[in-house]
Amino acid sequence: MAKFVAKTGNEAMAEAMRQINPDVVAAYPITPATEVVMIFAKYVADGLVNTEYVPVESEHSAMSACVGASAAGGRVMTGTSSQGLVYMYEILPIASALRLPIVMCEVNRAISGPINIHCDHSDTMAARDFGWIQIFSENSQEAYDSLIQAVRIAENHDVLLPTMVTTDGFIISHCLDKIEVLDDKDITAFIGKDRKPNNSLLDLDKPTTLGSIDLQDYYFEHRVQVAEAIKNSKKTIIEVANEFAKKFGRQYGLIEEYKLADADYAIVALGSTCGTAKVVIDELRAKGIKAGLLKIRVYRPFPAEEIAQALSKIKNVAVLDRADGWAGQGGPAYAEIKAALYKSKTPPKMINFVYGLGGREIDKDQLAHVYDCLKNIEQQPDVQYLGVRE
Amino acid sequence: MVTLKELSTRPEPLTGGHRMCPGCGAPIIVRQVLLAAKDPVVVVSATGCLEVSTTIFPFTAWKVPFLHNAFENSAATASGVEAAYHSLKRQGRFDKNIQIVAFGGDGGTYDIGFQSLSGAMERGHDLLYVCYNNEAYMNTGVQRSGATPKGATTTTAPAGKVSQGKLQWRKDLTEIMVAHELPYVAQATTGNWADLTKKAEKAFATRGPKFINVLQPCRLGWGYRPEDTAVLGRLAFETCFWPIYEVENGVYKVTKPRDKKPVAEFLKTQERFRHLFKPGNEQLLADIQQGVDAHWAKLLAKEAMTAGVKK
Repeated sequence: MAKFVAKTGNEAMAEAMRQINPDVVAAYPITPATEVVMIFAKYVADGLVNTEYVPVESEHSAMSACVGASAAGGRVMTGTSSQGLVYMYEILPIASALRLPIVMCEVNRAISGPINIHCDHSDTMAARDFGWIQIFSENSQEAYDSLIQAVRIAENHDVLLPTMVTTDGFIISHCLDKIEVLDDKDITAFIGKDRKPNNSLLDLDKPTTLGSIDLQDYYFEHRVQVAEAIKNSKKTIIEVANEFAKKFGRQYGLIEEYKLADADYAIVALGSTCGTAKVVIDELRAKGIKAGLLKIRVYRPFPAEEIAQALSKIKNVAVLDRADGWAGQGGPAYAEIKAALYKSKTPPKMINFVYGLGGREIDKDQLAHVYDCLKNIEQQPDVQYLGVRE
Repeated sequence: MVTLKELSTRPEPLTGGHRMCPGCGAPIIVRQVLLAAKDPVVVVSATGCLEVSTTIFPFTAWKVPFLHNAFENSAATASGVEAAYHSLKRQGRFDKNIQIVAFGGDGGTYDIGFQSLSGAMERGHDLLYVCYNNEAYMNTGVQRSGATPKGATTTTAPAGKVSQGKLQWRKDLTEIMVAHELPYVAQATTGNWADLTKKAEKAFATRGPKFINVLQPCRLGWGYRPEDTAVLGRLAFETCFWPIYEVENGVYKVTKPRDKKPVAEFLKTQERFRHLFKPGNEQLLADIQQGVDAHWAKLLAKEAMTAGVKK
């Protein structure tokens, strides 16, 4: 029987990992993601899972060991954050190029420097172009549900891409939340007991060479195959979400609209800020202001068409980025949403707020202020840093 | 030990037709190590000469499962393969015995892959790591590495008007591996197949992490005639420039040359040391001889010290 329990984001992810019961986990501690693999290590020590746990000496080796284990046909998971993810960057595109369905619990945290352990999206955003599927979570329940779905998505033979499910450091990772934990056997049935790889390093009868050098005459085709897989993954993500909804009752998509259909003013955001925005929207609506939210759940593949469609009837939009793009034009989501709307016949007026870097508090008042700014969008600068001291 | 006749009947792990240079010692090492395995092998390789020359897509010279990940992580990658193998075996989803072998050049082992190697060895994975050590970054054009010997000229520590090649002694990685308290550590060279085969057999018969450091003459970086690869390997042993020995659970066994030759006999065979024989460099040559002698004496002392210790 599914049951409701209080769990932090990290506990929720560790619980999902126990139920997924991967063949191999290779991980290295880093705040605020350490707990995920720490709790999981106890499951291993208590014999609750079949997992071979590889406590590596660095995140670089964590991802390297994940590649080895996944190439050998195992169902493989890891967890990390910030500098740890940055340290993995070199191996992330190798994992996707080898089409290895590794699943990662990534806890969003600011990247150094200066060193900071709190939430922003700079780590995950900088990893967006490595051929990984990226799913953001608004709360612990979403992190738990998405992690389970991630196994199915990643291992789908039309996709075969590594997938990271992210929570927001401390805001989700360390805050208790009421979540519904599903039955072990229902999870096993949903994801399939074992991974079914279509080739494996351990297939001794059909020896495979993996990780060949690919020169001018093949590299391009192989990269395009990754591009195709990312494109295909949209369909799979939706199918898996629909099946999950049918079985377990919670519906997910690439994006989520909250009171958006008739909104005059909309915020676009990712992660935990969406929860705060929903409260603000309810309060503004009570005052007669037609406020709405577009939450981006899946950032890779980028749901450009869905976003363009959802924003096509909105007058004024503020994109909230919890990371700078270091391009002198705001955050990465803003740039990509603008691009997504380029061919729209009715593009909204848009501005960008970069906010919350290094865990800087984002509260209801600030979000209400953003909606306020949307009322006189013409007077607003293109990009603003929300909540920064001048 | 397996006989030559028996070896000749074992299936070829690395077939001919790959793009390694004529006279390259690396494929000799690979074949001698892998042929010594009775069980099927799974190979992991670091980026380097071996990998780029044997796997040019859509071709492969490997007749056994092969995985290349990146430059510095063949040990970590192999540890992941090993973890999956143990996990699947424990769950009854894989029922064969295999040997996991990771290869890396000296750059990928001594330098950029040092941490990955140390971590994998410390964690005790059941795998054999073989360093095909040609004493420089040969794949990128002979750059200095932590394994490059003192006095050798390389493209990033070249001999010039005021400098005589690499100024520092090479890192003693084999001893660093011994300090990891591995059940089996060895040094070997090309040109002594029986020794390397025996060591590989021993490694395969040992459970846990194993490390073999094989000196590999590189025609390109060392500068010699391609037919002399085996000769140079033997000369490195005979001059004690590259002692061949093994350490089994901490107990040293050193193979002694019949007559220890002066190191100059090894150095003078190669372009990389040619400048050492110019007038004015006599002291440097003497320093190198002294360094080789001191290292050799230390090794013999370690052998004497650990003699009689229960393995």
